[in-house]
Amino acid sequence: MNTLIAENIVKKFSNHLALDNVTIEVPKGSIYGLLGPNGAGKTTLIRIINQITAPDTGQVWFNGKKLSSKHIAQIGYLPEERGLYKKMSVGEQSLYLCQLKGMSKKDALTGLKYWFEKFEIQAWWDKKVEELSKGMQQKVQFITTVLHKPELLIFDEPFSGFDPINANTIKNEIQELNRKGATIIFSTHNMSSVEELCSHIALINKSKKILEGDINMVREQHSAPIYELEYDGFFNKLETTLTSDYKILELNESKTGGNLTVEVLNDQMTSNDLLKRMMQHGTISSFRKNLPSMNDIFIKVVGDTNSVTE
Amino acid sequence: MNKIGLIIKREYSTRVKKKTFIIMTILGPILFAALMIAPVILMKMESDDFKKIAVIDENRIFDQSLKNTEYINFEFVSDKYFDSSTVSYNLTQAKADLKESDYYALLYIPHTAVQGNRGSVQLLSYQQPNMGLKMHIANGIEKHIEDIKLSKKAEDLGISQNDVDEILMVVNTNINVVTTTLSEDGSEKESSTEIAMIIGYICGFLIYMFVFMYGSQVMRGVIEEKSNRIIEVIVSSVKPFQLMMGKIIGVALVGLTQFVLWVVLTIGLVAVGQSLLLKDYNLADTSQNPMTMGSQLDNTGNPQDENAMQFEEIFKAVYSVNYVAIISLFLFYFLGGYLLYAALFAIVGSAVDNETDTQQFMLPITIPLVLGIIVMISAINNPSGSLAYWFSIIPFTSPIVMMVRIPFGVPIADLIISMGLLVLSFIFMTWFAAKIYRVGILMYGKKVTYKELWKWLKYKN
Repeated sequence: MNTLIAENIVKKFSNHLALDNVTIEVPKGSIYGLLGPNGAGKTTLIRIINQITAPDTGQVWFNGKKLSSKHIAQIGYLPEERGLYKKMSVGEQSLYLCQLKGMSKKDALTGLKYWFEKFEIQAWWDKKVEELSKGMQQKVQFITTVLHKPELLIFDEPFSGFDPINANTIKNEIQELNRKGATIIFSTHNMSSVEELCSHIALINKSKKILEGDINMVREQHSAPIYELEYDGFFNKLETTLTSDYKILELNESKTGGNLTVEVLNDQMTSNDLLKRMMQHGTISSFRKNLPSMNDIFIKVVGDTNSVTE
Repeated sequence: MNKIGLIIKREYSTRVKKKTFIIMTILGPILFAALMIAPVILMKMESDDFKKIAVIDENRIFDQSLKNTEYINFEFVSDKYFDSSTVSYNLTQAKADLKESDYYALLYIPHTAVQGNRGSVQLLSYQQPNMGLKMHIANGIEKHIEDIKLSKKAEDLGISQNDVDEILMVVNTNINVVTTTLSEDGSEKESSTEIAMIIGYICGFLIYMFVFMYGSQVMRGVIEEKSNRIIEVIVSSVKPFQLMMGKIIGVALVGLTQFVLWVVLTIGLVAVGQSLLLKDYNLADTSQNPMTMGSQLDNTGNPQDENAMQFEEIFKAVYSVNYVAIISLFLFYFLGGYLLYAALFAIVGSAVDNETDTQQFMLPITIPLVLGIIVMISAINNPSGSLAYWFSIIPFTSPIVMMVRIPFGVPIADLIISMGLLVLSFIFMTWFAAKIYRVGILMYGKKVTYKELWKWLKYKN
């Protein structure tokens, strides 16, 4: 079941194609990372999902229905370029933004009270926005984005402008919202947060989607047959043990044991073959496949597609 | 719909709570009231001021005709400056003495004055003397010379003084042209060209001022949202068109509020000022026609009757104006003109990143508005000429130019064409603006050209 499907989206601006037949499927309950270099078309796609702009061709489906203006209240959006009215008070402004999302004044007030207490910012209610620091403003923006309990939340670079402590608070809140059932689309350049948060990803480069799927499957697909081993004891003549089917990439040994990174060169060999060989010589304390980081995948895939097109 | 309401409410309440709005709302009426009251106070102060005037009268005949009034006192100093050796008057000495003396001015009437030569009588003073004083002197001298000439001629012709008086009484006529406008249904009403001109001017200028003031507020509001980067948050909740319309309507309501407050406060202040400062003056009369102040000092004719008549006429003229029609048409053209231009201002706001960049797009807005004012000034002299006609039909200038035509009476057909075109064009302009606006508000960082604006029009919504 997908919360959102964007199907064959094409969007052209006067002299460039922003999105070229892009299709993404956002499963219900996922945290969906929308990745890509600057100018790839992520923001345009997000704007189309938010009905800020319309695609030239293609359809967007929300819970199986054609996306329309009645879905606005079920989507929460924190854009990358975000701000507040400087001269308005925090409380008045939060209330206004929630009401624009279609909440009643009463519900908005109750919700705001809950969140302001949660973030311990009740004292800011009557302050003008211009009196707040950037991080404080971001917190208010976060609250107004999630307050109407949308089914789909879209965060574009949500951690920019936060210090590590507040970034962590926001990260926990995003996970908490996801646990409570919200589907989340998450666009960022911060790959470590992608690995940490996302269950699914899509990669857009040069207006085209070049990668999509479950994050673990994506990493699996892009992995080389490289394994990491930790062992106790002492291995003698590792090279002869491993034969020419294997290539040692890294080896750190001490008196009590060591760790080894090895690549399987013979594609007939499975990980069990490697384990068998190693077990003859000592005790294996850990063994795992070396999955590439999202950062590596990003650089590799984007680099590949760029070199193809160039 | 509900969302537009929320936007209107925010635009309205944040603006009317601003200090600048409150200050403007209070200062405006004070300024207007001061403009209306000040000339009267000044005139009153000046005429209250007791003036002593030294007179050198070479003919020695005007001592009876230059009458002293409550505020003006003539003292004849001819003897003092008469130099019997040269049989002439030492004017140089008199001038020199004026500075040290307590005389306000020196009036010099040379003997040639009796011939009634223009410019022969001189009034020398250190301050510019007021109209009333000049008229009082001129009237006094004129009347005396006329009397002399008349009695001389009468003597020549052998007519007795009584007959002359009788003739004068019989021929004395006073003609006043009463302008009356005929309306198409056959009814007539008295009108006043002057009052119509004044009302036309005020309305035209007010519309010009309000369109500029509140139009640029719309523009600044759009730029604010863009530079604050709040725009994307808002347009994910409401359609750009709703945001634009909400802003335009909200600001229009602010403008109407200010206008109503100005009118009410100005009337209030003038009324208070009148009752406090000018107990014995009828402000309505004097402010309508400051020239009558001069004739009040005139005591040669029968000023009371004449003034009373003049006032009555002015009152009649003032009341002859169809205020209901003018005010409702003013509101229509104010709103129509504002809506038309506010859409343009919204385009400019959406196309730029900050206020300093607006300059390049302001010209197409400024030119028709200024043109409207220029045409208005000439149209007021010929309100039914073809210049006035065409510019009161063209929507970009019609709010200003039509307002100066209305007090003079405009054929219903002209009004319908002009109003219809204005409504059509602001609907079109709003649609047009919305198309550019929705693209512009999300564009950052690059200088936009007219060509680019044209391209935005064609983007799919």
